[in-house]
Amino acid sequence: MNAQRLLGIAGFLLAVFVLVPWGIAASGRWDFYYTLTSVALLSIGAAGVWLTFYIGRINIGQGAYALMGGYVSAVLITKAGFSFWATLPLAGLFCAVISVLIGLPILRLRGVYFAMVTLVLTEVTRLTALALPVTNGAKGITSIPLPSELSVFGLTIIPDFATMQNPKLAFYLLAATLMVLGYAALWRIVNSRLGHLCRSLQQNEELASSIGVNTAYLRVLAYAISSFFGGISGAVFVAISQSIYPSSFVVTDSINFMLYCFLGGLGYVFGPMLGTLLLYFGWDLLSVAKQYQLLIYSSAMIALMLAVPNGILSLLDRKGGQK
Amino acid sequence: MEQIIANGLYLGAQYALIALGLTLIFSLMNVLNFAHGQMYVLGGFVTYTFVAQLKLPFIVGLLASAVVLAVVGALVEKFLFRPVIRKSRREEGTMLLAAGIAFFLDAVILLVFGEKQRGVPKIVNGVFNWDFRLVMPYDRILIGVLAIAAIVGFILYMQYSRTGRAMRALAQDRVAAQLMGVDVDRYSMIGFALGAMLAGVVGGLLVTITGINLGMGGPTSIKAFMMIMIGGAGVISGAIAGGFILGMMESIGLSVLAAYGDITYLVIFASLMVFLAFRPQGLMGKPWG
Repeated sequence: MNAQRLLGIAGFLLAVFVLVPWGIAASGRWDFYYTLTSVALLSIGAAGVWLTFYIGRINIGQGAYALMGGYVSAVLITKAGFSFWATLPLAGLFCAVISVLIGLPILRLRGVYFAMVTLVLTEVTRLTALALPVTNGAKGITSIPLPSELSVFGLTIIPDFATMQNPKLAFYLLAATLMVLGYAALWRIVNSRLGHLCRSLQQNEELASSIGVNTAYLRVLAYAISSFFGGISGAVFVAISQSIYPSSFVVTDSINFMLYCFLGGLGYVFGPMLGTLLLYFGWDLLSVAKQYQLLIYSSAMIALMLAVPNGILSLLDRKGGQK
Repeated sequence: MEQIIANGLYLGAQYALIALGLTLIFSLMNVLNFAHGQMYVLGGFVTYTFVAQLKLPFIVGLLASAVVLAVVGALVEKFLFRPVIRKSRREEGTMLLAAGIAFFLDAVILLVFGEKQRGVPKIVNGVFNWDFRLVMPYDRILIGVLAIAAIVGFILYMQYSRTGRAMRALAQDRVAAQLMGVDVDRYSMIGFALGAMLAGVVGGLLVTITGINLGMGGPTSIKAFMMIMIGGAGVISGAIAGGFILGMMESIGLSVLAAYGDITYLVIFASLMVFLAFRPQGLMGKPWG
């Protein structure tokens, strides 16, 4: 069993870090790098949403934290002269702190109430970004420099992106590494004491609190971790596009983050990753259908929902699959 | 001041009508209908087709919107929501379906009606003017009155008809209603059709004033969500209260906060968050909906 799992992880890492770059180099479809980088980053955000699902809350506000993280990174780089690598954790931490402040009141809500308030939160963030002077309003922040060199004691760990021959590949590897780290962390959380406590919240919050689980603390903690993921994914997006506008992450993006989780399956840690890959990559491939793109995409989505209402990975259930 | 109140009432009447449809669907089936805004846009385009292209009277267009949307709503419930609700393990599963339907309607509207802004000619000309203290075009007054009439009609229908009583019973307790012999499937379908129809009617009413375009769907859904959060999800009186409160806040905000730039909605959103921290279930909602 354990050998099988190790083999699976090794195969996954091999596919992400070796087979994909090799396949792209062989086929010459360099545009796939951008798509796959986006998939990796979006799936980090979706992992955060999944964690809030895990405590029994529907989170449609991840776009808000992605936008916040993006702005924190952009402002620190352009106004304060920080290196991108320093802003990455700072963006995540900023989102986590904000999410604690916002989460304390709104995490008392449940069901659709929480869902709707997080949806509104996305809109609030967009409007705040429009109104604040530091974010430069609707014009946004543009021409952000590429990530610079990261070195420890003079030893170069990651070279300057601007001097690279192939920054697309570098961004892909960066995003894939972050994705792997993010999902490893998520897997670890779910299979720890914290994860079991979270599962008790999902099943029955009153019962959990009556036997001594600190529900208020747990749900804020889970929400903060979720927002940290959102902030990281937003910050890297900004580094790739080298610009950010209030409309970079809108309500549609927030809804998409939630859909990725649903489609993959809420019962599995790797559900959001699969969901993101299918929906985002599928959308990209469908661009050949021109004006019928949205029609085919939405029909496929409805059909999938009719066929597997509990997400694609729920197909594994019948075979007694493992988490 | 009179002007602000009149504008608020006019906006509020339409908002309340949109929120009513959304809250009806939510109370009956526990479905958050993401496609509500798109249904509203579709209703507007149907009226536009009948009035501006086929040159039929406005009232025919409005009825056509109501009928088309009711049929769409009934079909969506019967063939999409019902099987998914039956098979889904978590009730939130319907959200993906609702969002898929929203995208689907967007795609259909784009293919059939195009992406241009559409409008119909004014139905009545002239402007009501009371000493320049209150200025309001007659067509806005007419639309406002029609919207209020529709709300009153809806309440009476829910309160006194057999169908309305069945739906209220269903909203209160699904299992108990079923045990009392209410045909749950049938009334869920009628309820969904009625909710979609209300969205279509608002679309048909508003196309005469603001026109209609593809991009209006999403923002309308968000506003409708806010209204039912203010009033409380799944409660009819709450939806009406939420609609009028939002209309009033928008009207006041646009005139008072105009000096500070475009921050009306930011203020509304922020105050909504504070309000929800103190009263999570909205003004009239049941706790934990």
